[in-house]
Parts: sequence; C-alpha cells; structure tokens
Amino acid sequence: MVSVNNNGNSSSLVQVRGLNKTYRRGGEQIQVLQGLNLDVDKGDFVAFMGPSGSGKTTLLNLLGGLDVPTAGTISVAGDEITHMSSGKLTEWRARHVGFVFQMYNLIPVLTAYQNVELPLLLTRLSKSKRRQHVETALSIVGLAERMHHFPRQLSGGQEQRVAIARAIVSDPTFLLCDEPTGDLDRKSADEIMALIEELVSKHGKTVLMVTHDPVVAARAHTTLHLEKGVLVEASKARQNVTAGGVA
Amino acid sequence: MKFSRLILANLFRKKVRLLLTLGSFSVALFLFAFLAVVKKAFTGGAELASANRLVTINRVSIIQPIPLSYRDKIARIPGVESVTHDNWFGGVYQDEKNFFPQFAIDPENQRKVFPELIVPEEQWNNFLKDRQGAIVGARTAKRFGWKIGDRIPIKTTIYGGNSAWEFVVDGIYHGQRPEDDETQFWFQWDYFEERVPERVKGLVGWYTVKLNSPDDALRVAKTIDAEFANSPYETKTDTESAFAASWVKQFGNIEFLILTIGSVVFFTLLLVTGNTMAISVRERTGELAILKAIGFKDHSVLFFVLGEALAIAFVGGLLGLALAILAIPALGAALNGLLPNLILSKAMVAAGLGFALLVGAASGLLPGIGAMRLRVVDALRRI
Repeated sequence: MVSVNNNGNSSSLVQVRGLNKTYRRGGEQIQVLQGLNLDVDKGDFVAFMGPSGSGKTTLLNLLGGLDVPTAGTISVAGDEITHMSSGKLTEWRARHVGFVFQMYNLIPVLTAYQNVELPLLLTRLSKSKRRQHVETALSIVGLAERMHHFPRQLSGGQEQRVAIARAIVSDPTFLLCDEPTGDLDRKSADEIMALIEELVSKHGKTVLMVTHDPVVAARAHTTLHLEKGVLVEASKARQNVTAGGVA
Repeated sequence: MKFSRLILANLFRKKVRLLLTLGSFSVALFLFAFLAVVKKAFTGGAELASANRLVTINRVSIIQPIPLSYRDKIARIPGVESVTHDNWFGGVYQDEKNFFPQFAIDPENQRKVFPELIVPEEQWNNFLKDRQGAIVGARTAKRFGWKIGDRIPIKTTIYGGNSAWEFVVDGIYHGQRPEDDETQFWFQWDYFEERVPERVKGLVGWYTVKLNSPDDALRVAKTIDAEFANSPYETKTDTESAFAASWVKQFGNIEFLILTIGSVVFFTLLLVTGNTMAISVRERTGELAILKAIGFKDHSVLFFVLGEALAIAFVGGLLGLALAILAIPALGAALNGLLPNLILSKAMVAAGLGFALLVGAASGLLPGIGAMRLRVVDALRRI
C-alpha cells in the first residue's frame, strides 16, 4: 500500500515523514520539498510524476541516500538513513539500493559482465559466487548471451537492461529508477517497462520510479504527483488538473 | 586484486594518451639514470677515496711537480705508514680519441698504498723485473683487446717531442669493488726518469700518503705542508676525498648543474602527469559518481585514481630504466673512457623507481582527492 497522508502502517518498507529540502541558489532559498510524507510497502511499484523542477529527482536522491534532507526523516526497512554519516550511508546504499538512471551510466571500458559485477566487488563473495550472481542477473534481463559485449556494442535498450542487471545483482531492498525510459524509443521503453514489471511481479522487488511519460507511469501500481513540494495521489492530481490547479 | 581489472581497464581507455604518458616517464627516468651515473662518475672518486690516504701536490697547482727528495722526508713523519708517487704521462695510444690515464708509478710502494687494486703476484713480479713493463686496468685491457706480453706503443705529448714509448703488458689489475677505476695504465718510474728531458728529472707529479690511522690525517697533512713551507716547492696536502672533490670542481659545479637539470625534469614530469591525471578524472566524473552511488567509498575512489597514476609511473619508470641499462654501457664506450665509472647501480635503479612512484603519487593525489570529494548528486546533474 502507498500512502502520502502520514497514515501508513508502521511496517511500511519506506517511511518518509515531514521531508523538507531547500536549495540555496545565489542569495535565494528554493524550497523543493515541503513537509512531504510517504509510505511504501514491500513489493509496491510507485511512479512519481510532475513538471520539471518539481523535485522528483531530488526526492529520489533523498530516498537513495545520495543527498541529505534539510528536515524530516526517511526510514527504509527500519533503518533511519537521514542521520547516517557519509561512510555509513555509502555502505547502506550498497546493501539496500539499486539505481537505474536515464543515461544508463555504464562504465564504457568494462564489459556487460564486468559492469554488473561492480556492486559485488564490495561484498565478500568469492569469484565463482560472483559469477553465478552476475549470470543470473543477466539472464533475468535477457542478456546472458551478450555478457562479454562492451556498452558501445549494445543498443540503448540493451544498455539499460545491463544497468537494471547491475541494479538487481546484489538483491537490494528496493530499486530507484530515474526516467529509465527517457532515452529510449517507444518499443525499447515498452520492453524495459515489461522487465521492471516482471521484477515486481515475479521477483517481488519494490520499485520507485520517476518519469515524465504518462504511458510509462500507467504501468506502475500507484502514480504520485509532486505539486508545490508535496505529493498527491493521481486521482486528486487529475481533479486539480481539471480545475486548472496543476501545470 | 579484484579492483585491478577496473584500474587496468581505465588505464587502457585512451591508448595514445597512455603511451605518451608512459613515454614521458620513460624519458624522464632515462634522464634521471643518465644524470645519476654522470654525477657518480664525477663524484665517485671522492666517495671511493680511502679515509686513511692523503694526497700532496705542489701548492701552485697539480700541474707543477715536486721533488722526489720529499718522499723520504714524508715517510719519516710519525703516523705515515707508506708513501708512493705518480707522474701523469698524458700519452696517446694510436689516436687521441683513445683516452685512458697513464701513470709512472713507484713499484716499491704502489701496492702498499693502493691495496684495493689487485695484481696477481706472478704478474707483479714480472713487472718488477721488466724496465718497460706495464700493468693495465682490466677495463682498458678489455677495451683494446690487450693480453699479457703485448707490446704497446704510446706517443708522449708532454715529454720529448712526439716519439712513441714502447711498453710490454706484464699484468692486468682488477679493483676489489665494482666502482674501482680499472682504466689506468701503470709503468715503471725508473723507465720514465730515464727518458724524460733533464728539466723534469728528479720530479714527481704528486705523492699519495698512507696513514696508520685516519685520525692522524689533519696532523700529518699540516706537518707535511709545514715541512716544505718557504721552499721553492711548497706543498698542499689534503685527504684523498678532498683532493678528488677539488679535482671535480675544476669542471665547474657539476653537482649543482645535475641537481638543477634533475629538478626541472622532476617538475616538468609532475606537471605533465598531473595534468593528464586531472583530465582523465574530469572525463570520468559521471562514472566515478556512479561508483560512489552503488556503494564504493570515497577512499576507494581515491585508491583507483592513485592506482592508475602509480601503475603508469611504475611501468614508465621501468621502461626508462631498462633503456638506461642498455644505453649507458654504449655511452661509456662512445666516451672512450673519458668518464671511467659509468655504472648504473642497483641503488640508482631503486632510487629511480622510487622517484617515479613519488611523481606518480603526487600527480594522482590532487585529482584523486577531487574525485574523493565529488558529490554524487552534483556529478549526476552534470551528465
């Protein structure tokens, strides 16, 4: 279940309370997120939508421990991450978060296999165990045959699949996807979304995704809109659109 | 070890840049080795000099001779174990390019004063019996392919026109240490005295005095010079190392010159490699951010950058030193013995590698710290 009203149950996988994020640009303070609340259960697939600059990526960065909030708390699987040191946060990310970015962000000088293996280099797994995990992850995304290809030898869709394999190889608590189809054509985007849906339905992954594309967002279980720094559910957002409340 | 593949893959990312950077290190390390060898060749004499030997020359200059009669007076000074004398011959063997030092020596005391230069007993005895006999350093013998019994004509350029003096190779000496000078050519002082013009007879070039104890050096040196003060041939006595050092100074301040060139090479290399590493890291800002996002810690990122810089420094350094190991003997041969001890020692190779790694670490440190401090959010926004 996904809730934005501070009424989720205490066993939610992700709990966000009173989240604020303020940036200083020049002499001006820009408040991006204002007292935001969110509860996400395990196995949920949530899409965040909103206009450019509405704070979608900022929210994702905060949830992934890449940035720290100005105020408020974020708890994931019982760990309160907002007060962790930088080093602890890095360790936490390695264990709990799988990132998928719009531009894939693979290391161009490493093969698909080596890119997917990267998060496992931080673990104590043996070489053979790592191989097993990497091959499984690449099989899930349908690229076992291409494991020795370099990113430049793959299409955009295939590169994104490798990035997804990298995100899931260490079996993280949840996946954070920032515009995962933003750089793909419609057919490739559909294939990537089908893969993400499969990760949720078959493998029980929790996915939080930022997108501009309503077609892509429609494939999530829940779509939330960021409006003026707070989250509203899609139905309410639609009412606001009808009333001219959202750009 | 499991990160080595990532470091290696990044190294080979831009092959031309890698080759050029390796080339910079190779050239710099070759120069380093070359300068170190030349410096050692110039200053090695002072380092090799025995602490219990003094050299007495004419106070005016080493070119001016001193009387042979001083020998017995010096030998009587308390603390002196033995005294020997030498004359510079300055002859030419076949061609002026074939330089090697020739000395008329005092056979009676030569081996007492210079025990580190070894001549087999039988060869030495033959030399003592042979008025035209000569003892040759192993390097010079090898250089000209001389064997025992060979007759060697050497033209004099200082004594008595342009005539050739004939010598017979009776022995070949070796140094106890690899750095010992094995290029000299010794012959009997009596033969020299017999053939030189009247004005030179009874005069020697310099004395080398062996002491009972190095502690006596200052006292004996002062006593020798006091003994011959206010005479037509006043003397100047120094320790062998001070004498060797002042000899080198005649060529100018070699050490300063070499240090200056070395420093310029060091800083140029540091700037070139530092710039290369900075560009390399800047090009990969996004990738480094991704590594940090997926859980690589700040110090791991610093380790990757430093690892790359050190790997380039190590391989480039090794290449340069290998080149030097091959080239320096050839250079020594080309110089025709002008600098006797062109030896690239293990200590120099180790110092060279240390120098390369130091430059590598310094060039990778600033870009590495920049990468370490990189904020993932800021870096991802730039992609």
